[in-house]
Amino acid sequence: MTRAPLALRAGAAFLALALAAAPAAAQQQQNTQGQGTQGPAGGSPEVQSVVPEVGDGRGGMNQQVPESTEKQAPTGGERPAPIPQQAVPTPAAPITAPPPATARGTTSGDEMELQRILRGGVIEGQVSIPNQAAGVLVQPDGRDWREFRNTWLFWIGAAAVLGMIAVLAAVYLVSGPKRIEAGRSGRTIQRFTAIERVNHWMVAVSFVLLGLSGLNITYGASVLRPLIGPEAFTALTYWGQAVHQYLSFPFVLGLVVMLAVWLRDNLPRKVDVAWIKAGGPIAKGHPPAGKFNAAQKALYFFTMGGGVLVAVSGYLLMFPMTVTGVIGTQWAHVVHGLLAMVMIAAILGHIYIGSIGMEGAFEGMSTGRVDYNWAKEHHSLWLEEEAAKARETVAAPRPPPGARVAGAD
Amino acid sequence: MARLKFLCDADRCIECNACVTACKNEHEVPWGINRRRVVTINDGKPGERSISMACMHCTDAPCAAVCPVSCFYTTADALVLHDKDLCIGCGYCFYACPFGAPQYPRVGNFGGRGKMDKCTYCAGGPQQDNSQAEYLQYGSNRIAEGKLPLCAEMCSTKALLAGDGEIIASIYKERVQRRGFGSGAWGWRTAYKETVTI
Repeated sequence: MTRAPLALRAGAAFLALALAAAPAAAQQQQNTQGQGTQGPAGGSPEVQSVVPEVGDGRGGMNQQVPESTEKQAPTGGERPAPIPQQAVPTPAAPITAPPPATARGTTSGDEMELQRILRGGVIEGQVSIPNQAAGVLVQPDGRDWREFRNTWLFWIGAAAVLGMIAVLAAVYLVSGPKRIEAGRSGRTIQRFTAIERVNHWMVAVSFVLLGLSGLNITYGASVLRPLIGPEAFTALTYWGQAVHQYLSFPFVLGLVVMLAVWLRDNLPRKVDVAWIKAGGPIAKGHPPAGKFNAAQKALYFFTMGGGVLVAVSGYLLMFPMTVTGVIGTQWAHVVHGLLAMVMIAAILGHIYIGSIGMEGAFEGMSTGRVDYNWAKEHHSLWLEEEAAKARETVAAPRPPPGARVAGAD
Repeated sequence: MARLKFLCDADRCIECNACVTACKNEHEVPWGINRRRVVTINDGKPGERSISMACMHCTDAPCAAVCPVSCFYTTADALVLHDKDLCIGCGYCFYACPFGAPQYPRVGNFGGRGKMDKCTYCAGGPQQDNSQAEYLQYGSNRIAEGKLPLCAEMCSTKALLAGDGEIIASIYKERVQRRGFGSGAWGWRTAYKETVTI
């Protein structure tokens, strides 16, 4: 083994020699070439310190010798007995050299993109900026969402809304408004309280404006923008989206009140089955119904359920990227858009029946009182209940508390 | 006319983030907005790659397709730019963008996210080239001065390439042929519906 020309200053450095000699020697071999290949000295650890603490390449002329208060062996004298070297444990598995960069786990951008497009998911990594959501490198789901927004929602919405308008127009033109068959009686009966009516109109105004501003987001660019120009359309859409966001609050509040006030009267009863069997809205004559008939109950539960889902998905869109990531937000838009379109179509039907479609219906929500004959034809059971209540009140004008009216059983 | 593109040679990118810094400085991009970012995938594992990503100026750009106010336009160099005076900050472009490029300054109530901001390929916007108004809205316009985007120009390892798509693809091909490996042109399949075949 070649002896490395080490600049040893102190005998105490002898120990370090054992460690330093090996790499230094290896270096020497490379320089001189052809002295035969020799591994590290026997007993030296396989994993070695890369940079020797003492030796070539360290210190040199300006090398600092650490000062020590400990007693040092005088130089030049007898060398201390070498410390017996302990057997260094060899690693159970030999550490193999890493494969060259060319052969390492191949990452291919093309393949990863293709895979994500076909199987879904995103290519994600680490970023060193605070916005950790920026770690998503490629999200191909945006392509599907684009397809939904520009094709599916566009045409489904158009079919639902325009289709409903066409159906209602046809009904109006063919059969005309539904008249009170017996004619107006001149007597009215209270149907909705002031609170119910105020709440109804709060929801109605919010819904109409929400619907119009929402339809503008989907269809405005292709319908309105060419008519009024880009600047005016941006101004309109900007205020539209502001209105859309602020009016969500009265709309949701109104839904909660409707749930509290009208849930009891909308619970399904046996008479509803009979009403549907009789033909529902197209029945001959007037099948009996309670305060609300089966169609109204269905609309009630559809708008309540749909309203809750539209509200939840809408608030997810209002605070994007807080609860869900970008893909969750896309799904929120899918739910919001589709349900809103169907709800607009359903409410168009409701508006038709409540206004020009049926004589005597609008008064219930404007004045709160409906004609006696209207009630008799459309909500006979409810009218009987109300009449029974009224008769009881008349029969016992001031019943003492706890007393039972004769014949009440 | 050229078809300007970005190409990040992920085998050269050392995640120094100089492109990010250069972009922010050149255009005075405000806090919280990153027109360009460096994403490291498989961080600390075999196959680790860093990719500098910004708007890729897609062919048939999804952002432009879903914009409810049609504020995007494509230049003669095929750059996808937008008019901030028309943007309403709805965020739809972000949902559609495969690369997370659109950024929002988060001003205003609720989802009111202010005008969208994104990489302009250092080409400004619809305002007069190199005017103060353009600088304030979109940052500097290096393309109008005959220069390429600063991020790519000052990339220390020349990992990020900007320029005509065919030229930068041929540079990348030559590199891969010489060194014998390459992880491909990241985002090209998604953005341009093509890949760089070696």
